[in-house]
Amino acid sequence: MNNQVRILDDDSLPRYMHYAEDFITYKFPEGTRVLYPKPPMAAIKNRRAAIRQALNNPEGGVEPLHTQLKAGMKVTIAVDDISVPLPPMKRPDLRQDMLEIIVEQLVENGVEDFEIVVALALHRRMSEAEIRRMVGDKIFDAYYPKKLYNMDAEDPDALVVLGQTDQNEDVQILKRAADSDLLIYVNINFVPMNGGFKSIGTGLAGYKGIKHHHNPETILKCKSYMDPKNSALYSSNERMGRFINETINVFHIETTLNNKMYDDSMMFLARAEDDWSPSDHMKFRSMQWALSKLPRKGKRALFHKIPADYGLIGVHAGPTEAVHEKTLEKCWQQHAVKIKGQADVLVYGIPFASPYNVNSILNPILVQVMALGYFFNMYRGMPVVKKDGTLIITHPCYDEFDPEHHPSYVEFFNRCLSQTNRTCELRKWEEEFATNPNYVEMFRRGNAYHGVHPFYMWYWGENGRDHIGNVIVVGAENDHVPARLGWLTAKTMDEALEMARDFHGPNPDITMMHHPPFMVADVE
Amino acid sequence: MSEKRKTAAFYDVDGTLISTNVIHAYAYYALNSPSMLDRVKRASKLIGSLPMYWIADKYDRKAFNDAFYANYKGFTEDRLVILGEEIFEKIIRPNIFEGAFSLIKNSKAQGHDQILITGAIDYITKPLAQYLGVDDWVANRLEIKDGFATGRLIKPMIAGANKALWVRRYAEKKGYDLDGSFAYADSGSDIPLLSVVGNPCAVNPDFKLKTTARAYDWPVLNL
Repeated sequence: MNNQVRILDDDSLPRYMHYAEDFITYKFPEGTRVLYPKPPMAAIKNRRAAIRQALNNPEGGVEPLHTQLKAGMKVTIAVDDISVPLPPMKRPDLRQDMLEIIVEQLVENGVEDFEIVVALALHRRMSEAEIRRMVGDKIFDAYYPKKLYNMDAEDPDALVVLGQTDQNEDVQILKRAADSDLLIYVNINFVPMNGGFKSIGTGLAGYKGIKHHHNPETILKCKSYMDPKNSALYSSNERMGRFINETINVFHIETTLNNKMYDDSMMFLARAEDDWSPSDHMKFRSMQWALSKLPRKGKRALFHKIPADYGLIGVHAGPTEAVHEKTLEKCWQQHAVKIKGQADVLVYGIPFASPYNVNSILNPILVQVMALGYFFNMYRGMPVVKKDGTLIITHPCYDEFDPEHHPSYVEFFNRCLSQTNRTCELRKWEEEFATNPNYVEMFRRGNAYHGVHPFYMWYWGENGRDHIGNVIVVGAENDHVPARLGWLTAKTMDEALEMARDFHGPNPDITMMHHPPFMVADVE
Repeated sequence: MSEKRKTAAFYDVDGTLISTNVIHAYAYYALNSPSMLDRVKRASKLIGSLPMYWIADKYDRKAFNDAFYANYKGFTEDRLVILGEEIFEKIIRPNIFEGAFSLIKNSKAQGHDQILITGAIDYITKPLAQYLGVDDWVANRLEIKDGFATGRLIKPMIAGANKALWVRRYAEKKGYDLDGSFAYADSGSDIPLLSVVGNPCAVNPDFKLKTTARAYDWPVLNL
């Protein structure tokens, strides 16, 4: 048994779980299997040297980037947005390093016609401060806003449909990218779902292209989002990406991060509680005490201000497939935790953040996406929990929404989910939300996610809903949020486990996934 | 199967679609009066009355309108029409919010009729409505007697709760489904207008409207 898998006995210490902007602790019964993320892989010390090395020695037998550049050519550089990594990494962000080096090469080789586009797809526009933080002062001051900007997927002149795949999927892409002699994609690969053909297939598309894979049918065909070979979503992106690669010269630079989410002083949070020193236990108790004195808004602001100490563990450049194969190798190396057998009951805490609420609120729809979309899909092989098993999560399920970032979520939750939570019925509103002129303008001019986004968040949980028998949320502050999400409630973990025993017998197999930091269970 | 009813998007104008307001428009009229003495008199009176108008507007849009439109007394109808077109070209058109065009375009594309509903006077609203290509519009009308403005408005005054009343009656006449309709405004005085449709939207809102929009989860748009 590896060190990442602990089987608890009667004497084992309580485990802590995330509970939004708080932590709760619970002493699980004897026999509970607890999965921990692997320790962080050693970070590459000289990031910039590694980036240059990758650009000068690309995969797939293609020419180094600098030899592909010449005066007079048109280049578009697309860059991943604020949704990765989570939480945002300490400055300098890796994208700053990559962009500075790439732009230097462009300028040295006489390329003047280049633009840097934040590949938003249907995500919210990043604010100026967020873009500056991501790209660094040098790039920001030199190029924002004329040559460095947020993509606008609702600008009818900004996107073009190149054609259809053999499955009649519209291949939609940023027109600027389609017209370029070279499209460079700057990626941060946080989990195996990111990167590869998904970067351009989704990142530079609008609603017309994205709806071909962001739909319940495709989601239900995914064995796991984290396993591209078994993800129908990735397959659709692959078809689109191959189509794009036939007409556009694409050069990726993909970076893989370790899972060092915390500073050294707080890294004990990523380790098994049994391995904590007395001072680690003291730190944890002090943190809990301090959090108990803060109002929720204060806790939220505090957590969102703490960047992650992620390190670079791999960087590869070149054509899509060759690069992504290397990226995935590194991802699995860092994140995959081997386990044998599935559980009857799966338990995890829901933290304060998702990719879709950076500097914002984890509203009920996003709690759902973390529970049934992301965390449920953190597996390769087969789900950690058996079919019709029980999922227990911890979150207060507060009825709070950020009206600037998530305006359409408010209507989705109050108008649509109050009537039904059946996906086949919710879909009838999708087009209305996607084309609501208010949401279009808020998306284009404000910092709102696209009007259709709450539907995608709901669909994201579809394979989780299909697989799991019951979801029990521990510690919900109200009844209506869990009810609308279709979840049962329990005041305490004791109560939740008792309910699970009603479903699975007196001694169910319980597995707790102790994340974040994230891990992907490699289930045999 | 029942047929889907028609819907509309109702827009307040000043502050919502354009950054100028009724005072800018009147100032143009005042400063283009044929007599120098009249120009000086009207301009001085306007400047002197600004604090009073600001207070009146905060508390009662009707009180504001009663006080403000009295300034038009004595203008000829011909002058109002001709200068109205000049005001549109020189003052209003350059100050249409960039986002207004795409908002109206997207709304039209979704099949909603486009209607302007404004407390400004009809002489300056008509050219704006034509320019934006809306389906209909309603504005305040100055009472004209013997070819001269009396300084009074013809009832009903288009302001505050009357806007909501106008929308309800208009919707009934046209067969609009108000629940599926949209309304856009920037001022707390237009909360009644926004409340009467199923899709209210606060646009560049003042403090009162912004707090109301946040309380009722109405979208807030900045054009």
